[in-house]
Amino acid sequence: MERHLPPDLHDLTPRGRRAGKVAAPYVLLGPGGLWLFALFIVPMVAMASLSLQQGSSLEGYRLTWHFANYPDVLSSYGTYLIRSLRNGAIVTIVALLLAYPIAYWIAFYGGRFKSVFLFLLLLPFFVSFVIRTVSWSFILQDDGIVLGTLKDLHLVSQDFRVIGTTFAVLAGITYNLIPFTILPLYVSLERIDPGLVEAAKDLYATKFDAFRKVVFPLSLPGVFAAVLLTSIPAIGDYVNAYVLGGPGTAMIGNQINLLFLRYRDYPSSAALAFILMAIMLIGAVIYARVLGTEEITT
Amino acid sequence: MSAVAVEAPARTETGPARTPRRRWTRFILPTYTAAFILYLCFPIFVIILFSFNDTDTGFGTAPRVKTTWIGFTTVWYQRLFDIPDLTTALEHSLLIAVFASLTAAALGALLGLALARYRYRGKGTTNLVIFLAISSPEIVLGASLASFFVTLGIDRGLGTIFVSHVMFSIPFVAVTVRARAANLDRSLEDAAMDLGANPIVTFMKVTLPLIFPGILAGWLLAFALSMDDFVITQFTSGGGSATMFPTWVYGSTKVGIPPHVFVFATLIFVGGVLLAAFLTIASSRRDA
Repeated sequence: MERHLPPDLHDLTPRGRRAGKVAAPYVLLGPGGLWLFALFIVPMVAMASLSLQQGSSLEGYRLTWHFANYPDVLSSYGTYLIRSLRNGAIVTIVALLLAYPIAYWIAFYGGRFKSVFLFLLLLPFFVSFVIRTVSWSFILQDDGIVLGTLKDLHLVSQDFRVIGTTFAVLAGITYNLIPFTILPLYVSLERIDPGLVEAAKDLYATKFDAFRKVVFPLSLPGVFAAVLLTSIPAIGDYVNAYVLGGPGTAMIGNQINLLFLRYRDYPSSAALAFILMAIMLIGAVIYARVLGTEEITT
Repeated sequence: MSAVAVEAPARTETGPARTPRRRWTRFILPTYTAAFILYLCFPIFVIILFSFNDTDTGFGTAPRVKTTWIGFTTVWYQRLFDIPDLTTALEHSLLIAVFASLTAAALGALLGLALARYRYRGKGTTNLVIFLAISSPEIVLGASLASFFVTLGIDRGLGTIFVSHVMFSIPFVAVTVRARAANLDRSLEDAAMDLGANPIVTFMKVTLPLIFPGILAGWLLAFALSMDDFVITQFTSGGGSATMFPTWVYGSTKVGIPPHVFVFATLIFVGGVLLAAFLTIASSRRDA
């Protein structure tokens, strides 16, 4: 039968389909891809250009390839950068230590209530990030519901304060980012076959050995993802330092924010933002090479 | 025989030593988890409680939340829209969240579909861009968008907030839809094509319904991200009349927070939880 078809109909269908198949992904990709190009990649280039400009907020800025902006901002704001990196490291470690036992318990002993526990853990995050932080500042006020009570009971001295301290900032960031620590840990722990733990115990491993040699190594992809998802927003945060911190707790984000939005010193702000991103990217790549798995980038 | 003989004493040796220790230690983790959930929910509990707290409304000054309990009142719920700026800010946030999430859901879904279903030149680049957009610190995204608008001389306002929110939401929708579309049975689409459906009909009648749960999840995620976003919003709003809910609250932290903020937060929280509960029940019904 097919032989009697006109010859051009023979290859029309496959060729038409093939051409469609080549074009289809680009048609699907087009609008979203263009949006990301115009508002993610081009702005990065604009920021790079701005970071090499000179001028003043009144007269405007011109591109003079002024690379000295970078050493200049580093010498002016290096302390904030170091403080942010230190804060990020502390928050990440504390969040991991706090989150791991929870993720472990829910994954292995949550039974059919696993999703209920996860829902309860995510419940506070139905309230906006800024308001959660504001709520902590409300709770931890000098004469607030916690410190006021403790002072009335003479458990702490009258001039004891939490707001304005580094502790408040670190606690605030940890509180706000803990879901990004718990969830990847939970996902990797939940995947582990409990039979493996049973097997280890049958082979006379103690509970601790089974954890150290079986469970923990298998959860490392989760630890890896949790570290990235917690540390990157922690280092760049400025809301906690603004709402819960005081003089002396400002982070690099606060400086980028002030320079850009208040002083309109766009070149310095852009240079700082670029340095911040470069540090994180290089850090993440090295970290991925040393400890990482393929999973995270695909 | 000898194997059993060796095993038996080993068991009795560890048996009694282990059991009593286990008995109380097994309560550590559940207690800790419960305590941690309480700690996480504590600020929300405080917001809800103090949204019912009375304040002494001073002469001419706007009411501020008091840190001490004065008395139960529902007056702030009745006078919810008393602060026009705050109401406008909330309207802006809802408006942007609705339109940005819908736009991002459409564009992100197509992008996710392209990534899941096709091999093409530039796929690696697309994946890299999506990965970078998701993992870039918000402050860097905010500063770069603001740099872009400043360079072009565009006045920042609702329009710039909208395009920026769509931008940071697209990758999240794309990733969600890609995960859903990757598990699809391709033969269903082939069957539709074999039965004479053209690619557009196949897409509308077969592919779209199959990936719809992924698009819905991506859209909800985009809505939540947009409503919650503060950093990028602050950088792209330009500090003019385009105040959004989070930026208004941020601005009020140093002068005192009016109780209305707590009321709105309570209502958004309750609404969000109800919606999540409804969706969970709906999806479990459908699966069953």
